[in-house]
Parts: sequence; C-alpha cells; structure tokens
Amino acid sequence: MSKQNSLKLSGLEPFNIDADTLFVNVGERTNVTGSARFKKLIKEEDYETALEVARQQVEAGAQIIDVNMDEGLIDAESVMVTFLNLMASEPDISRVPVMIDSSKWEVIEAGLKCIQGKGIVNSISLKEGEENFIAQAKLVMRYGAAVIVMAFDEQGQADTKERKVEICTRAYNILTQQVGFPAEDIIFDPNIFAIATGIEEHDNYAVDFIEATREIKRTLPGAKVSGGVSNVSFSFRGNNPVREAIHSVFLYHAIEAGMDMGIVNAGQLAIYADLPEELREKVEAVVLNSHPGATEDLLSIADKYRGDGQQQDNKEDEEWRSWEVNKRLAHALVKGITEFIEEDTEAARLAAEKPLHVIEGPLMNGMNIVGDLFGSGKMFLPQVVKSARVMKKAVAYLFPYIEAEKQAGDSNGRILMATVKGDVHDIGKNIVGVVLQCNNFEVIDLGVMVPAEQILKEAIANNCDMIGLSGLITPSLDEMVHMAKEMERQGVELPLMIGGATTSKVHTALKIEPNLLRDQVVHVPDASRAVGVAQSLLSKDNKPGFVEGVRDEYERIRVERAKHGKVHKTLTLPEARQNKVAIDWDQSMVDQPAFLGLKTFDDYDLGRLVERIDWTPFFSAWELAGRYPRILKDEVVGAEATKLLAEGKAMLDRIVNENWLEARGVIGLFPANSRGDDIEVYTDESRTEIRTTLHHLRQQDKKKSSQANFCLADYVAPKDSNIADYIGAFAVTTGHKIEQQVAEFEADNDDYQAIMLKVLADRLAEAFAEHMHERVRREFWAYQSEEDFDNEALIKEQYRGIRPAPGYPACPDHTEKQTLWSLLEPGENAGMTITESFAMLPTAAVSGWYLAHPQARYFSVTRIQEDQVIDYAERKGWDKMTAERWLAPILGYDV
Amino acid sequence: MNKVDKSSLLRSLLADRILILDGAMGTMIQRAKLEEEDYRGQQFADWPTPLKGMNDLLVLTQPKLIADIHRDYLEAGADIIETNNFNATPSDLKRYGLEDYAVEINTAAAQLARACADEFSSADKPRFVAGVLGPNQKTASVSVDVNDPGARAITFDELVADYSVATRALIDGGVDIILIETVFDTLNAKAAVFAVQTVFDEDDVELPLMISGTITDQSGRTLTGQVTEAFYNSLRHAKPLTIGLNCALGPDDLRPYVQEMSRIAESGVSAHPNAGLPNELGEYDLNPDEMSAHIEEWAEQGFLNIVGGCCGSSPDHIAAIAAAVAKQAPREIKNVKAK
Repeated sequence: MSKQNSLKLSGLEPFNIDADTLFVNVGERTNVTGSARFKKLIKEEDYETALEVARQQVEAGAQIIDVNMDEGLIDAESVMVTFLNLMASEPDISRVPVMIDSSKWEVIEAGLKCIQGKGIVNSISLKEGEENFIAQAKLVMRYGAAVIVMAFDEQGQADTKERKVEICTRAYNILTQQVGFPAEDIIFDPNIFAIATGIEEHDNYAVDFIEATREIKRTLPGAKVSGGVSNVSFSFRGNNPVREAIHSVFLYHAIEAGMDMGIVNAGQLAIYADLPEELREKVEAVVLNSHPGATEDLLSIADKYRGDGQQQDNKEDEEWRSWEVNKRLAHALVKGITEFIEEDTEAARLAAEKPLHVIEGPLMNGMNIVGDLFGSGKMFLPQVVKSARVMKKAVAYLFPYIEAEKQAGDSNGRILMATVKGDVHDIGKNIVGVVLQCNNFEVIDLGVMVPAEQILKEAIANNCDMIGLSGLITPSLDEMVHMAKEMERQGVELPLMIGGATTSKVHTALKIEPNLLRDQVVHVPDASRAVGVAQSLLSKDNKPGFVEGVRDEYERIRVERAKHGKVHKTLTLPEARQNKVAIDWDQSMVDQPAFLGLKTFDDYDLGRLVERIDWTPFFSAWELAGRYPRILKDEVVGAEATKLLAEGKAMLDRIVNENWLEARGVIGLFPANSRGDDIEVYTDESRTEIRTTLHHLRQQDKKKSSQANFCLADYVAPKDSNIADYIGAFAVTTGHKIEQQVAEFEADNDDYQAIMLKVLADRLAEAFAEHMHERVRREFWAYQSEEDFDNEALIKEQYRGIRPAPGYPACPDHTEKQTLWSLLEPGENAGMTITESFAMLPTAAVSGWYLAHPQARYFSVTRIQEDQVIDYAERKGWDKMTAERWLAPILGYDV
Repeated sequence: MNKVDKSSLLRSLLADRILILDGAMGTMIQRAKLEEEDYRGQQFADWPTPLKGMNDLLVLTQPKLIADIHRDYLEAGADIIETNNFNATPSDLKRYGLEDYAVEINTAAAQLARACADEFSSADKPRFVAGVLGPNQKTASVSVDVNDPGARAITFDELVADYSVATRALIDGGVDIILIETVFDTLNAKAAVFAVQTVFDEDDVELPLMISGTITDQSGRTLTGQVTEAFYNSLRHAKPLTIGLNCALGPDDLRPYVQEMSRIAESGVSAHPNAGLPNELGEYDLNPDEMSAHIEEWAEQGFLNIVGGCCGSSPDHIAAIAAAVAKQAPREIKNVKAK
C-alpha cells in the first residue's frame, strides 16, 4: 500500500511525491512566456523541434513538464491541444506527468482533455472569488488532475507571510471541506518575488515565502508547496553565477522549510556546498534579509563573480582581423562593424574576378547569415540595421567599380515604398526598407506624403513588383483604402503591403481587401515579418498558397467581425449624455490660470527634457518588446537593449551638446465653458463672445458597471453653471533642424544613425510635452504648485489634469487639430504646420488640450452610433458623409 | 432494496469474502453459432447493413439466449453479472448505423441482467448487476494517421457524450454497479469517469464504480503505454470500489500486474483474466481446473476482492473459480468506507 498523503501523478510511468521525495524539478522550457526560442518554434508551427525541446528537458532530468502557450498571437487553446497530442505520441516525453499551465481556464480545460496521465493544473486561485474557484476545482477533480493554487485572492497577490498563509489556508479549507478535493492533490504556490531590487519592501520576499511554506506545511496536512524559483534572482539578470548562487541558497532554505517542487532551470543551479564562502555568506544575508545593507554588500562583490567573459570577448575582437577576407566580411556584417569595411571590401575586390562578385559572394553570404539569425530570433532589429549599414557602405565602395563594368545585380524583386498622402511618419517604413534591402530586395522609397497617383505612376514606370504603404495616423487608413480602389480602377496588378502604427489586420481585412481584387493585400505587423511576406508574394511557387491562406484568414476576420459587431450593447446619444460624469460644479474647484493668452518658447533647452524621456517607447520603436528598465535585464533582448540604450544616450548627448535639434513650442490658456458635448472658448473673461468651439465625442457603449459615458466636455464647467472655467492648449516640437542631420547620415549610408535620430527626436517631443504640462500645472495654470513627482510617477500620469491629443482615443477626430491651430497659431509661433490629413510637421511634435479638473481622465471613444454622427456633423457644419469619412475608424456601424 | 442499501450491502460483502464476477459473454454467444438472420430477428430483418457479430444487438433480437447465458453464470456462482452491451455506445454503434438504438440496447441489456439476477438473488447470496462501459473502439490518445501523430479519431468530449448516454440507460435499466472495463486507453476511461460522475451529479444518483484496465502484452503496459501504477494514478480520482485488470492475458502472464495493483490500490482489487491465450484454432487453452488453480494461488496471496473470467472462460470456469476461492479471505481494503 502506497503512502497516504502522497501526490500520485503519472505519465506513462507513475510519479509519487511525498515527504520523502527529494525536491521535484519541473521543466520550464516548453513555456512560451519563459522561452523565446520555444515561442518562436510554436509560432512557426515547428512542432518537431518544439517536441525536441520537451524531450531534452526530460532527458536533462525534468520530472514534470510545464506546458504554457499563453501568448497574444497564439491560439493557445488549439496549440495546447496540438502540442499535448503530439507529446502523447512520444513515449520519451510522455513518460513524465504534464503540468498544464495557462491563465485561461478554457486552455486548461482543453489540455485536460488530452492527457491520459494524472497531470497538474497550473493554476487556479481565489482571484475572482469563491464561486469561480469552487467551480474550477470541481472540474479539475472530475478530470482527475492535481492543482496548483496561487496565493492570490480578491484583494490581490499575497506578498507577506501572513497574507500567503491566510489565502492558502482559506483555499485549503474550501477545497477539502466544500469541494471534497483530496488534500494531497493540492499544491500551493505562495508567490516567489524578486529580492535585492533596491526597494526596501522587497527585501523580505524570500523570507516571506520560506516562512509561509513552513507554516503551510505545518498546518495544512497533505498540501504541497511549489514556486517559480528564477523570479527570486531577477534583479541579477546578466550575472549568472550570482543568480545560481541565489537559487541554490534560496532552495536550500525553502526545501528545508518544506517546499516540495519548483519550476527551475536545472542548468541555473549551483551546488550549495560548492559556493565560495564569501558569496554564500552575502547571498545568504540577502535571501534571509538578515540586515538592511545585505543587498549593497552583495552588489559590491557581485561583479567579482560575474566571470571573465568580458576579457574573452576582447581577445576575440582582435583575433578576427587575422581571418581570411571573406570571413572578415561576414563577421563585420553580423557584428555591424564599419571600422574596417572599406579596407576589407577592397581586399575582396582585388581577390575577386569582378567587383559584382564581392556583392554576390561574401557580402550576400554575410547578409544571409544576418537574415537567418534575425529570422530565428538570435539577432534583433537594431543589430540588423547596423548590419545593413555595413552592407551599404561596402556596396557604396564597390559602386564606382561596378558602374565601370556596367552590370546590374539580380535582386529578389523591386518594391516601391511610400508613406501615404497626408502622413509624414516614416521611421517604421524606413526600418522595413532596410530590412528588405538586407534581404536583397531593391527598394524604391518615395518618401512621405505621397499621393496615390504618384505611387502608381512610379510603380509602373519603375517596373516594380510590389507596393508597400505606410501610415501612422488614422486618416491614413482611408488613404490606403483609396489607394486600393485606385489600383483596382487603373488595373494595376501588384501585391500591396500595408504597415504602420494605426494599420491592422482587421482594418486590412474589412476595408482594404474587399476593394482590391486584382492582387493581394497583406497587413505586415512588424518589420521582421516584411521579408517573409514579400518573399511569399513574389515567389511564383509559393504565392498561390500564401494568398489563399491570407484570404481565408481575412474572410474569417470578416465573418467573426460580422458576428461580433452585433454583440455590443449601445446607448442612444441622449441616453449616453444622461450617463455623463457626475460633477457637482462649484467655483472653488476651478483654479484661475496665472495668465490668459499665449506663451511661446523658442530654442528651448533640450537638456531640461532629457530626464523626462519615457524610454519604453524608444525600445518599441526598435521592435524590442518590454518595459524600461526591466527590458535591460530581459533574458532574450536584455543585452541588445542595454547596448541600444547606451548608443541612444550617446547620441542624445550629442543632440543636446551640439544643438542638432531645436525645440520650440506654444501654449495657451483661455476662458471656456462647456455646452453639451462642445466646449466654447471665449475671447475674454466677460465670456460674451465665442472665439471658437471645440467639438467632442461621447462614449456610447452600454457600461456594465456604474461607469459613466465619458466625453472631454464634461470636465469643463457648463455654461449654465455660471462658473468661470478654463481650457489650455499646446503644440510643441523638437524636430526643427532634423532634416539636415538626417541627410548627413543618409549620405553616409548610415540608416542606423538616421533612424536613431528620428526615434530620439520623437522621444524628446514627448518629453517636451510632459515637461511643459508640468510647468503648466505648477507655474502657468498653477493649480498644483507643490507637485513634485519623479519621472516614473509622471509616466504613470499620477498627477492632476490630462493633456489629450486630437486624433487620439479621448478625442479621436483629427480635424479638431485645425481648431487647435487657430487658437495657438503654431505656424507663426513655433514653426509647426499640419498637412491635409492633420499630420504635424516637423514630425517630432505633440499637440493637445489641457484639462485641469481633478476627475479628468483618459479614455477611449470607439464604436459611436449613427445618431451621434448626425449630431456631430451638425455641430461641425459637415454633411453626414464627411463626418463618416473622418470618423471612419471609430464608427460602430457599417456605412 | 434501494440503491443505497444495495451499495452498502455490496461493500459489506466485499469486506467479507472474495466476490465472483461472471465469465465471457462473447465466447458463450460464439458457441450458439448464430447466423445473420438470428442477429437480425424480426425487428431488424430489413436492416441495410450486415449485423452478424453485433453481439450487443442480441439483447433485443435474442433476449432468451442472453438471459440463458446470464443464468448459466448465476448458477455457476457468480455474485455479479455483466450487462451485454460492450460496444453499445452511440459512436460504436455507428458502424452498423445503429446509433439511434443506443438507449434501447443499453436499457434492454440492463433490464435483462437485472431480471436474471433477481431470479437468483437470495438473502444468503444477493446478486448484483454491473452495467458495462466498454473501451470504445476509437482511442482518444493514439493517432489514427501515421503521418500525423497529433490526429485523433475521437475526442474527449465525444466520448463523454457517448458514455453519458450509455450510463443513463444502464441506470434506467436497473444496474447496481458501473463497470468501466477493458481499458486500453486511459484517456477514454477518464472520459467515462467524467461522464459517469457528471450523470451522477445531474441525476442525483450514485452507484459504486469498478474500473478494469487491460495490459496488452508482456511489456506490462496498456495499449497507450502506461504501466500498472501509472494507470492506477490516472484513475484514482474516480474513487472506485475496485480497480483491476482484465482481458488480453491469461492468469500466468497477468499475475505480476495483479500483484502490483494489489500492492498499490487504496480501493478493492478485481481481476478477470482470459482463459489463457488463443491457440492456432482461436480457442483458449486453459480448462476450468487449470485456470482456477492460478486464481486460487492469487487468492492465497491476498491479491483479490473480486475475480471472474474474460475471453475464453465459461460457466464451468466460473464454477471452478468460485469453488477455489470460497474458503479464501479477501484482500484487506484499507479505504473501503461507504460514501
């Protein structure tokens, strides 16, 4: 007879865990949230290799394997089923129990239907209350699985020992007494959080876990304890020896306290007894939080244990210069080193029969390596752009020699690229252009604000094989639809690629594809996809299959959408207005600005803006995903992100010190009152003469809770309240003089620096807007003069008042920028203009309104109904069709 | 006697002695040498597909034959007889186009066995009916396509739907026990457990559950690759009255796995092995004396709570087995508390 309280799991073999079992390792590599490699394999449906990952884990000693498919772009439910079914066919893998890991219950349930063994559900919790918890627990029991219960309840995740124990005890009692869940099948995960983060409240997290474990094991008979171990050392990312030491010290104490199992990378575990004494002592002090300076102490010695990887790198750096020339070229391309490129290209040219052969041979080989590495997620965009810079320089060097021989190179195809009429944004387009060129496509870039007629004319004249359109602001979506219609009308049979921040697969499927029947339109979500899409569209063999896949997908989106659209419950405009934000207006809640009228700022000190930069979007511009500063320690992109940041900061210094950019801006504060959903701006405090009227839109979705149907006008005191209220406006730019510097980089074939400069200019413009908002709050409107927030608080917008921008979610009508322009005259005052689609020039610019009411908040107006459109058209003096065109992205009905 | 009383009676008998399960149904039907028209009877005279070999249909077309086999086993000393509906879930019946008769066949199988058991039941020797949930001919965890190891011929949900239909009909027909048997794919059995528990829950009934797996060959694994203990762990959540092994092997080859099950099970243990292995003529080798000699030794070793026979066994085998274990004490069940 086996032991009473043992957790009896199985794959093809049994696996029983009881008090005598040594610590159980749960394999973590088949988890898309933890392994970039596995995620990539799953996304590419390379299940064979993905199974290999699972097999290696089991071979390496994982006693249970955790499978997690939670990723936005993955259909987690179906992929979970596919992968578990495939695993079932591999006895080497399926011999161990499976841990089905998902935050979505549907995925867990789908997984439970695939495993014949006794597995573990990871996880359920009291987060959404007892009812849900009980229902899920009952099903887990009926499916015959054990369960991990997170220490998480309606109040949130438990961080202290007391909360952990309290939640686990409550869950235990519910499970054993109400549900009849076997105690031995309950595994608690009392949350392992990072320690040594520099934040004092985090110092005791390891102790909290260890002590909670001890208490749980003492008071809740049968229950097991598990946890994700690598979290604990998160703050030492990049220093593996110290991380490993932390893991082993932490486990040493946690296991002693009764921890039964954990998700651990077995390769990331040092042997406790083998740790150098100094390191072990310092780590022990941090883990056990024995004194306040423990983290500092560990930091002071951490670098000593990092290993001498740095030095080895340097040796390698010098060594490559002695390699033969083709290898040197490949190395320079992969590493993005321009230093020796002309010298090496010359050497290669002398050795080659023809100069073109250098391109076709070693340079293309090098770029292929880059392409492969990028394709397999081993290189990141900034590195690829640097490689392209090396390539361009080499080609530029060879160009005169090739010209002399008058030979043209073969390319994969010629692609015409342009930012559409009315739009001026080109960072993304330029990145895609570079990536395509790296992959031997010839790119003709027509620049920004290119009308459809010109795009088509050039495409035909240059015999292009494909057109790529880019756009960032919402009116560009319409321009793309127009472009598709023109292609159809003029009979231009070319594939069309669509990209840019506001574009989407849904918009492409719903609005563009139905207008373009001659050839295929494909939405490209990011630069890394562009090559695959272009190759598929230009390959005779692959195109039909690829196109069929895209069409099916878009058709599915349309069908889904048609079904989905009807589900939303909406209010009539009068009903929505009834449900406006309840504000009990009183003059005392309005602060009178320190001045009324305009204030302009010329040649503003860029140095003052640097500290206000929000770095997270800087990384996303380069397609590195993750929040700053955490991204710097990211397992996958951390090293590259750190490098990119250093280079960005270096350029930022030059921008500031050498005055590469000029910052200008204008702000204005005006007497104003709301009238319905409009805001009237008056010429003076007498409030008798209306200078202009701002038109706003109101949310029309039926709200589930007591939430209001928001409209910006609600935050300005109504005219009939007789309260004197105000509104502000601003337009700032940091883009002056940028063209000159960009042109210099481009002349030098240095796209990397050109793109970097544009990205930084955008960041500075945002920082300028943030900085100016702060000054407005403190000095100019002066309603919050004591405020002193740090940058993090500012990014999180923890202050009073908002600065919504026309064209963005709270006030999505771009044409309101015209009104803003009439108030501020930024053309005169800051050298800023707007295009016919209301994109701003220079592009590194931000404009918007200032609303000061304490309740003012950001929200998003979507799915407005026909009655509001008619009402809005009337207020704007438009006909309904004009209104529908400008509001197309937020219409809640089909036109 | 109501179901709760019946169930506690069964549990108390189980603590008292080794209970006898019946033997092969298929083997006995084979002996009757039925022809196509026998299978069809009047009700299915014009059925478009051949029905010969569709043994489950006989509860409708040859009820007397089936009842007589039940009676033979009851006479031989069986405490528990199994309903004749091994392949009678809707998806199994589909092969004959008979899926719409699933409820009718399962109900009739249960009623027939019920009536026979009641004929023999006495206060000294109460008789029980075990309603059978067979393995289903399709498997939820093995691919049917060599080129696509992820492909499945049947899903968990389909199996749950299938087994729910059969379970309800068996309960309606008056069975005392649900017997999930000849499990070669544990995932199918998990679906059966899920269905049975859901039906219990929804219809507010509860019957004791017996589960019996099949070790397909001397590798000691089920068809889907599990060893005995892994199989046990996978189904422990069903809290069965007994768990055990049947079919595929004769008692000599099955012995180590019955021993293993007896070592690990927290519930009662059952076994109903084949009467040896089929010989060149397709007949099973072991005669009643030979087979009962093996079973006697198992009983002496304390492996058993319920024992019977599978393929190749006959009422003579069962009578011999019943005699052989009559004086033996049952395996001690630590966890056999009434629910």
